[in-house]
Amino acid sequence: MSELRGRLASWDSVIIAVTAVVVVAASIGVENFGNSTNFTFLILDLLPIALIALPMTLIVITGEIDLSVASTLGLTSAIMGDLWNRGLTIETIIPLCVLIGALLGAVNGVLINRLGLPSLAVTIGTLALYRGLALVVLGDAAVADFPWTFTGWVTGTIGGGPIPNVLIVLVVLAVLFGLVLHATPVGRSLFAIGANDRAARFSGINVTRTKFWLYVVSGAIAGLAGVLWTLRYSSARADNGAGLELAVVAAVLLGGVSIFGGRGSLWGVLSGVLLLATLQNALRLRDVSGQALNIVTGVLLIASVLLPNVIAGVRDSLRRRRLRAVPAKSS
Amino acid sequence: MGIVLALLLLVAYTAINQPRFLGTQSITDILLNTAILAVLAAGTAVVVITRHIDLSVGSVLGLSAFTVATVMQGNPGLPMVAALGLGLLIGAVAGVVNGVLVHFGNVPALVVTLGTMYAYRGLTYSWAGGRQVTADEVPRHFLAFANSAFLGVPWPVLIALVVIAGAGLMMRNYRIGRELYAMGSSPQAAGLAGIRIARNTLIAFMISGALAGLGGVLHASRFGTVDAATGNGFELQVVAAVVVGGVAVFGGSGTIWGAGLGALLLTVIGSALAVLDINQFWQQAIVGALIVLAIGADRLVAVRIARTLRKRDSHV
Repeated sequence: MSELRGRLASWDSVIIAVTAVVVVAASIGVENFGNSTNFTFLILDLLPIALIALPMTLIVITGEIDLSVASTLGLTSAIMGDLWNRGLTIETIIPLCVLIGALLGAVNGVLINRLGLPSLAVTIGTLALYRGLALVVLGDAAVADFPWTFTGWVTGTIGGGPIPNVLIVLVVLAVLFGLVLHATPVGRSLFAIGANDRAARFSGINVTRTKFWLYVVSGAIAGLAGVLWTLRYSSARADNGAGLELAVVAAVLLGGVSIFGGRGSLWGVLSGVLLLATLQNALRLRDVSGQALNIVTGVLLIASVLLPNVIAGVRDSLRRRRLRAVPAKSS
Repeated sequence: MGIVLALLLLVAYTAINQPRFLGTQSITDILLNTAILAVLAAGTAVVVITRHIDLSVGSVLGLSAFTVATVMQGNPGLPMVAALGLGLLIGAVAGVVNGVLVHFGNVPALVVTLGTMYAYRGLTYSWAGGRQVTADEVPRHFLAFANSAFLGVPWPVLIALVVIAGAGLMMRNYRIGRELYAMGSSPQAAGLAGIRIARNTLIAFMISGALAGLGGVLHASRFGTVDAATGNGFELQVVAAVVVGGVAVFGGSGTIWGAGLGALLLTVIGSALAVLDINQFWQQAIVGALIVLAIGADRLVAVRIARTLRKRDSHV
């Protein structure tokens, strides 16, 4: 019973509940929110954030961060455009771009884990570096003539219904990441690393190698997101996805992952992404400008970390008061 | 110091290949561009030395720039001092909010200032919308300020120098400054030593915010035209200047003076690329590579010092 109560009170269940309430409220209260075209757009809009949030969840759980993801997305998009201009087939380009993403992630991994540099600083550096390289590759040009079979698939829906094709990609990857994080020794070691890096090392976990591969995976997924982004808008541009890293970090923290590592769940993060996307979508349907919505994002982000602290503080002081009220019991 | 050497080499190389790089106009432009970046970098350096970070400075600059420009547009009679004061005040309030959330909310500065970066920017957007204050709508004396000189030194440059000297002096010679370094080196030890963590954290964020607000006034005065997007993404350049200037991201070391030099180096790189006719797109890539290099060098020095210390201990 007390375990159940603990689960109910944990932030990720709170956020899942809040998300459910917001989705239901929006479907009832906001005109056009519930219709199938809007649903398709909602999924297409949250796709890149959700995809990148998967490896980001794992990275933040180990107590690190990767701010270079959106720049990796942009650089892959630029390279995709360049390779297409050079006449490579799209079937070659797509896996190549994912591979390049993985390589960019590996560069982060080497800098952070081999050289022991702080991930926040390294990835702020590669955030600027990769975005800069994207500009070097493609300048301010745009490449738009990708084959319809591919762009059509990304924007298309399953059997013409409301469910976009790309949701399949997201679901498959989400299940994969969920299983790895919550049902395998690898997942448990990620929590252990985040809870106590040194203890994890002493208990035989190869912390350096684990973290290195996390960055490789993060880069590869960002590369994949770059490919899908390019195909969705039929436009390879160096500035694709600019600023997206912040939305991803916001969603991950909103989903109950501790910025100090060691705590969080993938379900929480996915509902964090959904909550963010739903609020943005619903408010936009009510004519609130996209940029003004930044207030909502910002406040939500701070509240998601602030509220549990405040609740814990209040609970703590209540417990102390209760203990003070019955001092004789301890003897 | 590596950064001074890099700066000298860069200037020498560029000047040899393109003598007009050392022309009066070119130097004035570089100094004016450096001034705004350096003012923000000085504030952010104070926060970073305290082992926090402030990602909201670009948004605070935007909020201050738009507010001040709008107020000046409505009240052309207001003196420049009032504009500067208003900018400082807006920034200080925004900074105190950051500080309160960081200290009393017990929320990491990365999260708080990421959040307020969105929130302050959103505030500006919801207020300004697509509106723009253009150069011909603000009073002439407001525009003239950033583009006029006092004793041959442009006002923004003078302000930047005063800010760097003042903040540098505070961090180096005054108790509060030494306490901020101590907090950055070891928060627990600083707490045990009786340092007033709460007050100092608020002060650090207030300084960072106030200087970002001041930067907003300088920006509005220099360029005249501002909208809700002014200063978008500027925080990256500011953090870059601070890191390249030798302030360690994990607190406790670095100088305000270094952050100012970092700002100068970044600006000179930009101008040099333009003068040398190198693709401007390289600029951001170079900035990124510099950040990585700077933290790498920082780490290298730290490791070497640790090794020397260990060796010295083993002889005892």
